[in-house]
Amino acid sequence: MIQSFLEIAQPYLLPVLYGVVIVALVPLVDGYIVLMERKVMADMQARLGPMRVGPHGLLQPIADGVKLMLKEDIIPESADKWIFWFAPVVSVTTAMVAMSPLAIGPVFQIADLNIGLLFVLGVSSMGIYGVVMGGWASNSHYSLLGALRSSAQLVSYETAGGLAVISGLLFAGTLSMRGIVEWQAQHGVWIVILTPIAFFIYLVASIAETNRAPFDMPEAESELVAGYMTEYSGFRWALYLGLAETTNMIVVGSIATTLFLGGWLRPFSGTHALDFLDWFPALLMLVTAAYCFYRTPKQPVAIQKLVLAAFGLLFIALAGVLGISQTAPGAWLKPGVHGAFWFMAKVLAYIYTFMWLRFTFPRYRFDQLMKLGWHFLIPTAIVNVMSVGTALALYRQFGWSHFGLAAALGVTTLITLLVAGYLAYVGEQRTPAAEMAERA
Amino acid sequence: MANHLIFYFFAGLAVVSAILVVTVRNTVHSAIFLITTLLATAGIFLQLHAQFLFIVQIILYIGGIMVLFIFVIMLVNLDVALHQIRFNRQWVVALVLALVLAAEVGFALKVGAKGVYLPSGQSGQMEPNTEMVGSVLFQNYMLPFEIASILLLVAMIGAVVMSKKKI
Amino acid sequence: MTGAIPMTHYLLLSLALFTIGVVGVVTRRNVIIILMSIELILNAVNINLVAFSKMAGVVDGQVFAIFIITDAAAEAAVGLGIIIAYFRNRETVLADEMDILKW
Repeated sequence: MIQSFLEIAQPYLLPVLYGVVIVALVPLVDGYIVLMERKVMADMQARLGPMRVGPHGLLQPIADGVKLMLKEDIIPESADKWIFWFAPVVSVTTAMVAMSPLAIGPVFQIADLNIGLLFVLGVSSMGIYGVVMGGWASNSHYSLLGALRSSAQLVSYETAGGLAVISGLLFAGTLSMRGIVEWQAQHGVWIVILTPIAFFIYLVASIAETNRAPFDMPEAESELVAGYMTEYSGFRWALYLGLAETTNMIVVGSIATTLFLGGWLRPFSGTHALDFLDWFPALLMLVTAAYCFYRTPKQPVAIQKLVLAAFGLLFIALAGVLGISQTAPGAWLKPGVHGAFWFMAKVLAYIYTFMWLRFTFPRYRFDQLMKLGWHFLIPTAIVNVMSVGTALALYRQFGWSHFGLAAALGVTTLITLLVAGYLAYVGEQRTPAAEMAERA
Repeated sequence: MANHLIFYFFAGLAVVSAILVVTVRNTVHSAIFLITTLLATAGIFLQLHAQFLFIVQIILYIGGIMVLFIFVIMLVNLDVALHQIRFNRQWVVALVLALVLAAEVGFALKVGAKGVYLPSGQSGQMEPNTEMVGSVLFQNYMLPFEIASILLLVAMIGAVVMSKKKI
Repeated sequence: MTGAIPMTHYLLLSLALFTIGVVGVVTRRNVIIILMSIELILNAVNINLVAFSKMAGVVDGQVFAIFIITDAAAEAAVGLGIIIAYFRNRETVLADEMDILKW
């Protein structure tokens, strides 16, 4: 009886374990990404950020989580109760389900779907319903308008992002996440080097997809009173902003990393002369641990000294894991652990770029946002797909060498840049004032 | 065993959600139940080893068409509509006729299934699914593909013209 | 309880969804619900096609289903555009109040 049950359950055990790990750890990781954002924001604004709760604010996410859970749960009286309850659930669920085909290393992957990349794009496009239902159920004009604006923005930039992804897929030839990274490993080149424009278009589209500044008109504090999240307070708001949006950031970062930045590959993974770079992760952890221990005596309160020392020990443990897996036997240990490190490092770098852009640029007005999406990004993405496709088709048809393909891709980039430049020039000529003067 | 469970789960979900689509009073709830029905249908596609169609259903139907429906429902929703009668005056006759149609086809299926050989099907030439669909679509069905793109262009123009205030 | 699902199960599911869609089209007053029931009918046909495609072991049925989804998108877009245009003029979305062409 137990035997047959184990037989049936055998293929599902490891994926379920990975799934449980993701569902348990992602909220914690999201909390620390929000803390990272606050510290980065503070750094760019020449101040310090959260410093009180835990040393250097390191326990701030836990305090925030506890506070939000204990807040009073307010539901507007004429709101549609079921949809009000259901909307944040949809947002968070689609964001987490979208994490299932992601390959965080060559080992840690819940399911290597044949259609992995398309699955992630499709399921994160279902996140629109969380926004729309939240705005509708709040039964308030501001919420509804904010929700409609936000979903219009999401749909527009999804198209642009999808076209940019296609440019990358033309090289990889497969939708499976593992297959894409293995293509990059085989050919020794990251796809970002082959189509940098597609990477840039995807960067912009993913910022708009996750409602981050400078595209955060629907949820900004000075516009429409936080849009579709206006009536949500306490933990429901934390579900929307903390969990759903941050998990969406991780998901789009993972797509960009897998498709364009080489997934779990070390930089220059093909050249064995640079194998000393494999010691870099362990060294990084040791340096961080040393910094933690250096700052420990300088903390004012004893408990903060303890917490910082604990973090130092955590980093030493991580350094140990990374170092030991370097020399240990077992085919899955070194690629698994090191691959996970490089993958997470690249995703964090991508998210850092999001935050950098957030605190640098002013917000786009809604009509400027839509104009950018439809009049600039989508035509540029289409031209990019067409020219990359033509270059690849000519390469395969006439059997050019790799240098011929590189030259063709250089021409492609040039053509796309020219088209983009032309569109930007035309876009600047047609300001709303000029258009209204035309119509009058 | 798991196969049967998955099929009955998705089939039951699809039928229950479909009944709720045509009976609930609130239009937004009806749209949400249609989303559930479409998800269940996508599950049936996945169970039939049609992975590409599964994800196309989710992206196009649920992520595109239903968003369109929900936008329009929110634009034309009148509070008055909540208190109005749901069904039209001839609903009894209509229901009886529809059920007669269903009974006829169901009877034909049950009786005819004994005479016609309907094998359960093997995967055959369907794996890997995306590559197969792609090659069949762009080799055998190239003309319908081009016609479908012209159809979409015409529909886009039609929708834009329909919703303009002044043509 | 092992093995594949017999073909008639899929056909009966398709029939059930089709009937519910037809009932929705002929019974409800709200035009948007009628359009949604038409989508139900199209989905029932899709299930039918994909089931037969698996039975024959080819992907042609799935390709046909992709075309049907494309078609449904076009039709939903135009239909909803018409509904919006009508609503702007007459302030109603109920089918039995749209009777200008009656004698």
